[in-house]
Order: sequence, then structure tokens, then C-alpha cells
Amino acid sequence: MGVEQKLGNMGVVTTTLENVVNWSRTNAMWPMLFGLACCAIEMMAAQASDYDMSRFGMELMRASPRQSDLMIVAGRVSKKMGPVLRRLYDQMPEPKWVIAMGDCASCGGVFNNYAIYQGVDEVVPVDVYVAGCPPRPEALIHGVLTVYEKVKGEKFKDLAAK
Amino acid sequence: MNKNLEPVVKTIQDKFGAGCEEFRDEVHLFVKPEQIVEALTLLRDEQGFELLSAYTAVDYYPSETPRFHLIYQLTSLVKNLSVQVRVAVNGSSPKVPTVTGVYASANWREREIFDMFGIEFEGHPDPRRILMPEDHVGHPLRKDFPLGYEEPQFTFNFDEIDLRKPYVKE
Repeated sequence: MGVEQKLGNMGVVTTTLENVVNWSRTNAMWPMLFGLACCAIEMMAAQASDYDMSRFGMELMRASPRQSDLMIVAGRVSKKMGPVLRRLYDQMPEPKWVIAMGDCASCGGVFNNYAIYQGVDEVVPVDVYVAGCPPRPEALIHGVLTVYEKVKGEKFKDLAAK
Repeated sequence: MNKNLEPVVKTIQDKFGAGCEEFRDEVHLFVKPEQIVEALTLLRDEQGFELLSAYTAVDYYPSETPRFHLIYQLTSLVKNLSVQVRVAVNGSSPKVPTVTGVYASANWREREIFDMFGIEFEGHPDPRRILMPEDHVGHPLRKDFPLGYEEPQFTFNFDEIDLRKPYVKE
């Protein structure tokens, strides 16, 4: 199946460097642990054996921002947590992506008040928003695959311009 | 009123001319702001109310006299009694003497009341905010503090509101 059939016995494949790099990025994406509230439970479930996110190349949640390239903000971000979140985001090496998981991280959810950021996009730039309160693991996996689609379409010149 | 509480109430009434209200067997004593330290000292040392079990405030906006009530809920573990002392304060930036000298646990409670209601405590050893960030403007539990800052977007005003949403710049 797949690449073996197409290649036959040649053992050589021609493609662009961009494709190879983007493909490898999607298959070794290490998300950073950022469970802030109940969404974190669904994030754990997405990693655990029933849903098994490692099928998509996400074996590891990293506790250190310096080793990760995807930040899953799982939960509401309070005004005091905002600067911490931004600092961790700044410590992640480029290129990096952010998923706002759940309603609270996306738009404040039910917490339209003085203590909570009305969407984590006020603190860090967000690539994908996952709706739900909390989203089911399937929804999170769909969000991650949506990030993959975005990564596969990235161009070197855009990354270099950053 | 619990009959064991009656002598306590009488002492405070005689000494400070305190008002007294009762609601479902809960006794509220009203004293003046300048009397509160003396009243709590007396209750602690002579009446056995060794525990400040709750310390909070209420905002009666738009009423200005009084605007706030400070509420000191005292418990006596020895006598198995509970009494509430209230201080009514006027105006939107009131100052009240601190009671940290009487009950050490009042320290963080007073910081919280200052943070949430903007009542200043004169002589407080550490008068900083405790819950909100240092640079926060306003006092969130006041009735005139706005409830939320997010404007709901509908199809007809989506773009207009989107323009002034505080998105981060990379």
C-alpha cells in the first residue's frame, strides 16, 4: 500500500523540500501541556488508549515550552494567567502553532466577567479554535488535524518573513 | 435570640450604643467605624469570641448613606455562640481602621475587601491587591462595576465589533 506500491523497487522519491519538512512536522508534533480547566480532562482522554492521539504522531506532551511546537490552551485563561501563557508561548521555538481548545479559550465561554480573558487570542495568536464545552476527544483530534492541514500548506518564504 | 448571647449584646449596646437587629436567630450589632477596634477587642478578650470566622462587605449601591456594610462574623468556640458585627460606611471611597491588630487573620481578608470593594483600611500592614493583577483598574464586586467586557457578535454587527476586539499582535 501507499508509498511502496508507487515506488516499486526504485527506492527514490522526488518531491519538494517544503513538502518533506511540512510532512515531518505534522508527524512529530509535540504539544505543550497547558491544561487549565476541565478541557484538560478531555485532552488527557484524547491522549489515552481509547482515542490514542499518537496515531497522528503526537506521542508526547512536553512539560517544557522549549521542546514543543504546538500549544493546546485547554481551559479559561484568567487575567493573572495571561502573562504566564504569553511567556511560555514566547519561549517556544519557531515555528509554533496554537489551538484554543473549548469555548472558554476561544471566546470566554460562560465567563463573561472581569477575571477571564474573552478568548486567548487576546494573549497569543491562535491558529485553530475548537468549539465545545468541553470538546470531545474527537473534536480535539479534528482540531489537531486541521492544524496539520495548515502546516502542510505552509511556505518557507512566509516562515522566513516572520 | 439565644439566651447565652443576651449578656454579650447588652454589654456592646451599653458600651457603644450599638444598634441591634435580629434575623432568623442571627444577631447583627451595628457599631460606628471608629469604635470597631475597641468593640472587637472587647468581644475577643472579655466575651470569648476568639475566632473571626468570616469578614466581608456588602455594596448597597445606589444608596450612598450607607454605601457599604463591613461584616465581621465572630465565633466563640468556648461558649458555642456566633455574633455578627456590622459597620456601615458612607461614600464611594471610605476609610476604616484596620482590625489586623485584633485578629491576625483579618490581614488577607482586608486585602480582599480592598481589592473587591475599594474600602481602604487605615494602618493595614500590607495594603496591596490580593486577587486581581496589580495594574487592574476598579474594584470588581462593586455594583457599579461593569459586568463583562465582551460584546456579543451577531450577523448584523459582526464586522463592526470585530474591528475593536483586542486581538493580540503576533
